Amino acid sequence: MSKVRNREDLEKIKMEGQRLIFPKEGKILVGLGSCGLAAGAEKVYAKIVEEVHRRSLDFMVGKTACLGFCNREPLVEVRHPHGLRVVYQEMDEGKAEELIAALAQDEHKPEWALCRIHGEKDSSAFIPPQLAQIPIDYELDFYKKQRKLVLRNCGFIDPLNIKEYIACGGYFSLFKALHLKPSLIIEEIKRSGLRGRGGAGFPTGKKWELCHRAPGTKKYVICNADEGDPGAYMDRSVLEGDPHSVIEGMIIGAYAVGADEGYIYVRAEYPLAVKHLRIAVAQAEELGLLGEDILGTGFSFKLHVFEGAGAFVCGEETALLASIEGRRGQPRPRPPYPVEQGLFGKPTLINNVETWANVPLIIKYGADWFRSLGTKGSTGTKIFSLTGKVKNTGLVEVPMGITLRELIFEIGGGPPEGKRFKAVQIGGPSGGCLPEELLDLPIDYESLTQAGAMMGSGGMVVVDEDTCMVELARFFLEFTQAESCGQCPPCRLGTKRMLEILTRITQGRGKPEDLKLLEELAFGVKEASLCGLGRTAPNPVLTTLRYFRAEYEAHIEGRCPAGVCRALLTFEIDPGLCVGCGLCARSCPQGAIFGEKGKPHRIEHKLCARCGACVSACPKGAIAKR
Amino acid sequence: MISWPREPRALIPLLQAVQEKLGYVPQEALERAAHHLKAPLSQVYGVATFYAQFKLTPRGGWHIKVCLGTACHVKGGMEIVEQIQRKFGLHPGEIAKNPKASLEIVRCLGCCSLAPVMVLENKIFGRLTPEKALQLIEEFYEQS
Repeated sequence: MSKVRNREDLEKIKMEGQRLIFPKEGKILVGLGSCGLAAGAEKVYAKIVEEVHRRSLDFMVGKTACLGFCNREPLVEVRHPHGLRVVYQEMDEGKAEELIAALAQDEHKPEWALCRIHGEKDSSAFIPPQLAQIPIDYELDFYKKQRKLVLRNCGFIDPLNIKEYIACGGYFSLFKALHLKPSLIIEEIKRSGLRGRGGAGFPTGKKWELCHRAPGTKKYVICNADEGDPGAYMDRSVLEGDPHSVIEGMIIGAYAVGADEGYIYVRAEYPLAVKHLRIAVAQAEELGLLGEDILGTGFSFKLHVFEGAGAFVCGEETALLASIEGRRGQPRPRPPYPVEQGLFGKPTLINNVETWANVPLIIKYGADWFRSLGTKGSTGTKIFSLTGKVKNTGLVEVPMGITLRELIFEIGGGPPEGKRFKAVQIGGPSGGCLPEELLDLPIDYESLTQAGAMMGSGGMVVVDEDTCMVELARFFLEFTQAESCGQCPPCRLGTKRMLEILTRITQGRGKPEDLKLLEELAFGVKEASLCGLGRTAPNPVLTTLRYFRAEYEAHIEGRCPAGVCRALLTFEIDPGLCVGCGLCARSCPQGAIFGEKGKPHRIEHKLCARCGACVSACPKGAIAKR
Repeated sequence: MISWPREPRALIPLLQAVQEKLGYVPQEALERAAHHLKAPLSQVYGVATFYAQFKLTPRGGWHIKVCLGTACHVKGGMEIVEQIQRKFGLHPGEIAKNPKASLEIVRCLGCCSLAPVMVLENKIFGRLTPEKALQLIEEFYEQS
């Protein structure tokens, strides 16, 4: 491919890309993001390729990444030649074969359809009567309140083909930005009100301005893609599904602050994201959108992809810098902030994946448009990964200011199997657990912080009545304690002591004074720790103590209300239900179950290790835990 | 190693390349990396032990990773770990003889919507139950 030098070149690629997205002969697209793969999409893709070939159909078969509705994966979209678009859900090899057979006869499979997609071309498309009853995407509860901006291309384009990104308006913002003065770009970002999507919510434009003003000729920009929060995966999805949007944002940022080199620091646990990024960088370089003399403007920018090595603390910006420099990922005190002294001591601008991906949009549509979305203090949209005990799990992009209730109950459909909602855990190990009473809280940076949680990267794990809040707090502390870098004593020792107390409470050895001690320690760690990891680590403990104190007290009295903490449970065989098959006795690793064949068995409590193996082994459901 | 730049920032990618090739980072590689980068061995060792990715002892057989991120934890990932331990006598960090495999617990693979998930030799499987996980491992064992 020859290098892009002007707008006409870009327009030409755009036309080519559009023909790839909506080919005349139609296209079948399979979602092959990590979640699709986990659900078995690879086999579906292979089957579709095989069948289309075998029947010599005209359809192109293509790959895309995540469509967002992850728990309906594998998802397959059929783009018919005349613009009709149908998404099929929960596909497998057998269904794929039948679907292709149907398509060969100009038929459809309405029974497996999730929705029709209303695109630009759909309005004029002929809707076959078979599909008339299939809802349109925006009619589904899951999509109704969503506003896909950052995720606009995810699941729509082939992330490994830069032409398709350009076809969706990609790199036009870069073209526009490179013909603006850097100060004007910074002004626009500032006016947009965009705030860091990585957790703390620092105003992005202000950061850019500080880095722009910092003296020195050598500067760096960095994309923090070390998405370590368990329960959050929007960055993975954006990197897998639309890597160019992040790269374009970074080039614009580099030009605005005067940097000529950049890094994307990405988790090694995301192999597909790493692969897609490397391919995307190479493609952008080939087109002259990255590297020397970008678009013939004289501006040069070199971008490296750096793989993290598995340390949660490297999501903290100064630890991340240490890691790129080849050292242990230990944070250092700020100030000086990275915008003054960052990578190799040079001014460095660090933003997270989602923040960077917003930049091309703001340049394209303007700050006023961006401000019209969301609330006054928190503009734009935010992606949440809605997981745990809700019916519809997946990636959800909504305008800021939407309430938790709308998100969890309208979009997510509430807990499955008629279970009762108990809490939502927001912001991962740095965030907090919010109870039912706070469901009408609007989601913005300030409201969440006030409630004791934080936006974090946007992980949202819903838990129901079967989850023990004390155990959940212990789970998070176990995580932060293990991931504490060990440098500063408040975090290293404080998290360890807190974990010990929580463990003893869940094991039924808690003392009434433990709760006060736990609170004191939590405040101490929060106040005295060096970096964000330690300063936010007590949040899960503090919020559960604040909103679910009764559950802690119950544990100290010797009960686990959710029936989770094993040390506080007893297993009992109901003699009325037991048929004496002996499966439980055979499954018991302790040899704690006795009884004659054909007669009700019993559990010797002294020997029982409360592993629960008998409960899963019993075909009659005769073993209850209390 | 000769082709790697002699600057400290090459250390982590260099160790990653060694691990990719050998499956672990042997003592000798640490020494040679230190020599190549003109860095003290203590510093190289410090980095290699700080990051969870680097294994300093060889891993045997094939590799099972069970996710215990928040969503997997809430949806019963621990039960899968326990069942694997019970059935195959596999403990995290150890290598079992039959089937020859090692078990590792990881924190979030980013497939939270399909929780609980597990990785068998770089292939991700989602929507598991303990029974399904055991069955997958057995099938995998028979095939290999």
